[in-house]
Amino acid sequence: MQTPTPLYRQADADGAAPPADCVDTPQVAVAEPLAPSAPHVDLPPECADVEQVPEDLRDRALAEGNAPLALAVYGLLGAGLGLVFTKSQVISWFRIYEMFRFESFHMYGIIGSAVATAALSVWVIQKLKLTTVHGEPIELAPKAWGDSRVPGARYWMGGITFGLGWALLGACPGPLVALLGGGVSVMAAALVAALGGTWTYALLRDRLPH
Amino acid sequence: MPVVQDPWPWYVAGPLIGLLVPALLVFGGKAFGLSANLRHACAALPVPERSKPGFLRYDWRSAGTWNLVFALGIAVGGFVGIRLLSDPTAPLAISASTVAALADLGVTDLAGFVPAQLVSWAALATPVGALMVLGGGFLVGFGARWAGGCTSGHAISGLAALQIPSLVAVVGFFVGGLAVTHLVLPLLLG
Repeated sequence: MQTPTPLYRQADADGAAPPADCVDTPQVAVAEPLAPSAPHVDLPPECADVEQVPEDLRDRALAEGNAPLALAVYGLLGAGLGLVFTKSQVISWFRIYEMFRFESFHMYGIIGSAVATAALSVWVIQKLKLTTVHGEPIELAPKAWGDSRVPGARYWMGGITFGLGWALLGACPGPLVALLGGGVSVMAAALVAALGGTWTYALLRDRLPH
Repeated sequence: MPVVQDPWPWYVAGPLIGLLVPALLVFGGKAFGLSANLRHACAALPVPERSKPGFLRYDWRSAGTWNLVFALGIAVGGFVGIRLLSDPTAPLAISASTVAALADLGVTDLAGFVPAQLVSWAALATPVGALMVLGGGFLVGFGARWAGGCTSGHAISGLAALQIPSLVAVVGFFVGGLAVTHLVLPLLLG
C-alpha cells in the first residue's frame, strides 16, 4: 500500500493553524503540510474549519463524496437510520420525557449499546489500521478543550443549552428530520427555529466562551 | 400486521445505530453527526455572502452535501417508519409512572410520537406550545453548534472515540434535559 497522505488539514488559506478552540469535531489528524492548492472558497480567516474541511476539499468531494453513487449510499444509510429511529421510538417526545425521568431503560439501552458498538468498531478500525474504501487512513483527532478560563466551557454551556431544547422539543436534530419526513409537520417550525438558533450562534460566536 | 408494526427493542436499535459510525468512517472517512447540517443549511441560504457571519461563510457544497443527503435519507426513513410501519393512533407503551406524571401535567393524549396538546400547529398558538416548539428548536440549534455536536456527534461518535469533551457535552445535555423535565415543565404546565 502506498504511503497514506493526510486527509485533512485546517482550511485557512495560508496554512496557519486556527485557534485551538475551533477544532471540535473528530478530524483526521493533521500531518505534513499538503502541497498548496489554490484557495477556492471565500473562507473566513479563522474558524472556517469547525466541521472538518480538507484543503483540497472541493476536488475530493466532487471525486468521491459528492459523486452520485456516494451520495446514494449516504442517502440509504440515512434512510436506515430514520427507520431505526422511528421503529425504536427514539423520535418520540414521550420516550425522551420518560428517559429524563429515569423510568425506562429503553433509551439508555439504545444509547449505551450504540456507543458500545461504535466504540468497539472504532477500536477495531484503529487496531487493524483500516482505511476508507478510497484507501485513505482513518484517524480521529481529539476534540479540543478550548482556551476559555473554564476548561470545556463550550461543552458545558453548549451542552446544557442543547439539553434544554432537547427536552422541550422532545427531539434532537436527527429525530426532528425523521418526524418531519413522517408528516409531523409542526417540526418544520421547529426546524426553522433551530436554523434561527444556529444563525444566532454564528452572530454571537466571538463573544461566547469556547 | 402487529409484527411489522411492533416497536424494535433497544438491543436491536442501539447496535444498528452504532454501526453507522464505522460505516461512515470506512465508506468516506465521515464522522457520524447530524447537527452540522443546521450549519450547512444556514450557509446554503440564498443570502449575500457578505451579510453572513464568518462562521457560515465556507464551501458548504463540498463540506456538507453528503450530510444533507444523509439527513434527507432520515426523512425518507421516517416516512416509511411512521406512515407505513407504525400505527400512528396507538399510544406508546411508556411506563405507568411516566403516564401518571404526564397526567399530572394535564397531558392525556398519548397517541402518536408527539403530544398533540403541546407540540402541534394548534399548540403553537399558545405561549407554552410556542416555547416548546420554537424555543426548544432554537435552543437545539444554538446549543448544538456551541457544543460542537449533538446527540449523534457527541453521545455516539464522541463517546465511542473516548473523547472526554464529548462526555462533558453529554453530561450537559442531561443537565439541561433534567432541568426542563423536572423544573420547567411542572412550572409551565402545573
